[in-house]
Amino acid sequence: MSTLVLKDGRIIDVNGDRTGDVVIDQDTGLIVAVGTGLAADHELDCEGLVISPGFIDLHVHLREPGLEAAETILSGSRAAVRGGFTAVVAMPNTTPTTDSVAVVEQVLAAGRKALCEIVPSAAISVDRKGEQLSPMAELMDSGVRIFTDDGNGVQDAKFMRSALEYAGGLPNDGHHVVLAQHCEVEALSKGGVMNEGEWSARLGLGGQPAEAEDLMVMRDIALCRLTGVRIHFQHLSTAGSVAMVRAAKAGGLPVTAEATPHHFSLTDACCAGFDPVFKVHPPLRTDEDVAAIKQGLADGTIDAIATDHAPHTPESKERSFDEAPPGMLGLETAFAVARDELDMSLQELLALFTSGPADVAGLGDRHGASLQSGRPANIAVLDLDHEWSVAGREMASPAINTPFEGRALKGKARHTFFQGEQVLNNFEVTR
Amino acid sequence: MRQLISVEDLGSDEIEGILDLAESFSVVLKRSVPKVPALRGKTVVMAFFEDSTRTRSSFDIAAKRLSADVATFAAGASSLSKGESLRDTVETITAMGVDAIVVRHAHPGVPSAISRFTNASIINAGDGRHQHPTQALLDAYTMRNALGPIAGRRILLCGDILNSRVARSNISLFTKLGAEVVVCGPHTLLPPHGNGMMFGHPVTVERNLDEVIPTVDVAYMLRVQRERIADAALPTLREYRSTYGLTAERADRLAEHAVVMHPGPMNRGVEIDGDVADSERSLVTKQVANGVVVRMAVLYQVLGPGRFDDDNIVDVDAAAATDDSSPTEDGGTDGDSNETINEEQQRNDQTQMEGIG
Repeated sequence: MSTLVLKDGRIIDVNGDRTGDVVIDQDTGLIVAVGTGLAADHELDCEGLVISPGFIDLHVHLREPGLEAAETILSGSRAAVRGGFTAVVAMPNTTPTTDSVAVVEQVLAAGRKALCEIVPSAAISVDRKGEQLSPMAELMDSGVRIFTDDGNGVQDAKFMRSALEYAGGLPNDGHHVVLAQHCEVEALSKGGVMNEGEWSARLGLGGQPAEAEDLMVMRDIALCRLTGVRIHFQHLSTAGSVAMVRAAKAGGLPVTAEATPHHFSLTDACCAGFDPVFKVHPPLRTDEDVAAIKQGLADGTIDAIATDHAPHTPESKERSFDEAPPGMLGLETAFAVARDELDMSLQELLALFTSGPADVAGLGDRHGASLQSGRPANIAVLDLDHEWSVAGREMASPAINTPFEGRALKGKARHTFFQGEQVLNNFEVTR
Repeated sequence: MRQLISVEDLGSDEIEGILDLAESFSVVLKRSVPKVPALRGKTVVMAFFEDSTRTRSSFDIAAKRLSADVATFAAGASSLSKGESLRDTVETITAMGVDAIVVRHAHPGVPSAISRFTNASIINAGDGRHQHPTQALLDAYTMRNALGPIAGRRILLCGDILNSRVARSNISLFTKLGAEVVVCGPHTLLPPHGNGMMFGHPVTVERNLDEVIPTVDVAYMLRVQRERIADAALPTLREYRSTYGLTAERADRLAEHAVVMHPGPMNRGVEIDGDVADSERSLVTKQVANGVVVRMAVLYQVLGPGRFDDDNIVDVDAAAATDDSSPTEDGGTDGDSNETINEEQQRNDQTQMEGIG
């Protein structure tokens, strides 16, 4: 038996913020003790560092199968642990679409070689077309608990109602099922490649009005009331949708929400130079929307920070703004950007990366909730004082499309442990 | 001025400088040999990723009047349609050794994007709905010739502002020169205009064209496209004409001195009646004619030896002479030009140009 003690760190989890040690059994991958003055076979000095449960990202695109030139499950997992994440929810807009047990098993198989847990999600509809329900019972049997047509929203209200009722009624072994929605009414956003507003007008680029998102959030809150089935709102980007989710929660509806670092740190003014690295769906909005998302994160309206990590090859981002695919990298910058942008305590901030998303995804038994004996050792050790500059080419992903290129940031994961294994050591992945 | 991508990048002094330079080039075009050696040895590539016979011909003639070598990169045959990235396409063009690339593309921002991948000067010949700076310059030039200084003039832009690169460039340029811009058109085809600002420039939005018509010095009509009906931006072209078209009846109510403009191609009988387009007050053909001298001025500002910062119109002759007497590393010879200018003719050109300043 080989044990490792993370010594004299500042331990922050749902149980509080205190100084102490965490002992990991590297054979079983479990935490075996949390306290002070603990000893083990090996010691890692964590003085001046923060010991947190590993982060959970509810929203990543790992591009496997289908677009391995931009990212693979393995490279994406390296990016994840460099960002302090020990679990990531893989979106199903792969090629082929993750809408069958066969593809889920392919993702899970690749995930077994990854440096963190790959949590597969599956499409709500076959090929994400919104026409036929995916085989949700079979998919749940293979381990799926999150369904989404992300990349697109489910356009038809009746179809979405059916999906909620059907999925909500399936046998679930006590684990909740979540339907996650990318909210965008395409009839209103059609032709848009950025936020509709002053900047889209000046640049002559097609605009997506904020109301294209607001309308679907409004509709899905109504469908949640109708069916009583949980809905998770992905990447909220508008002040209107934040306000509606806040009201729905106050009304007791089972809704949850996430927001991305880029939506609370960047605005549509970034598109002024026509650089497609700033093209993303939903699009970067306005200062008012940014402020509303920050408020939503501060007051509990938004449960989790998720990255919508969306790698694209450099050549695909070297097309015109109209033609380039939407999406940006996020895993390696999320924590530092959030810390830079959000005015809240470190414990509150970490909750948005740990217990918040763990509750949404139902992963609290092994990720995010608390550091205590008997739990899997999924841990991020953060160096809050580490100053670094963002460089897409230095990241783990083959893609380089970070919107934060050149930005000076402070704070980074120094060590990451996944099931007891040290997968990040002094900012470097171990395999 | 190393490149021309957007009117937004130009100051009013730069704009007036280009217009003045165009004025001096207009004298050149009246000669028996309407050509100067100012850009001898320079290579200009016409990269038209979207069809445009008018603008391309205008740039082509302008470059040749300045003795530049001109190559055409035809979009249809290009590899861009085979999935090549913009970067690869532009690096390929650049590798052939070019000094300027004149770019037309259906997508906004392509000239800016291209400028990141090349050291050649970029001239925007129209990018989607974004900008068409040489159109705005030739419009201002035409207007100035017809009415005198633009400052203080009241200019109506009427029609589909939202989808028009001409409108974006013109609103910017006219307001920079001190004109008052009035906008009229279906509100489905107007961009945001809160607080009297459109594209960041002051404009007045008027609903009723009939009330506006007698008050303006210029009625600038924009092309309306049939597909706006399918977009539910318009019910019918007949209703468009009756509500927003410059009919003969409306044109009769224009002020005595007022002029009518259109960037072409026109939909006669829709945004402008045929009789109005052909009337005395119409500047439509002058706009096209002036395109050549204005584009000569732009090419010269971008590629000429003086550049904008340290030259002025008077220096055109001297600059041309300097260029001629000290050939650049490009060699300053033939290329694919089918015309050879002999020494005597060049001297002749220079002599004549001395009379301009």
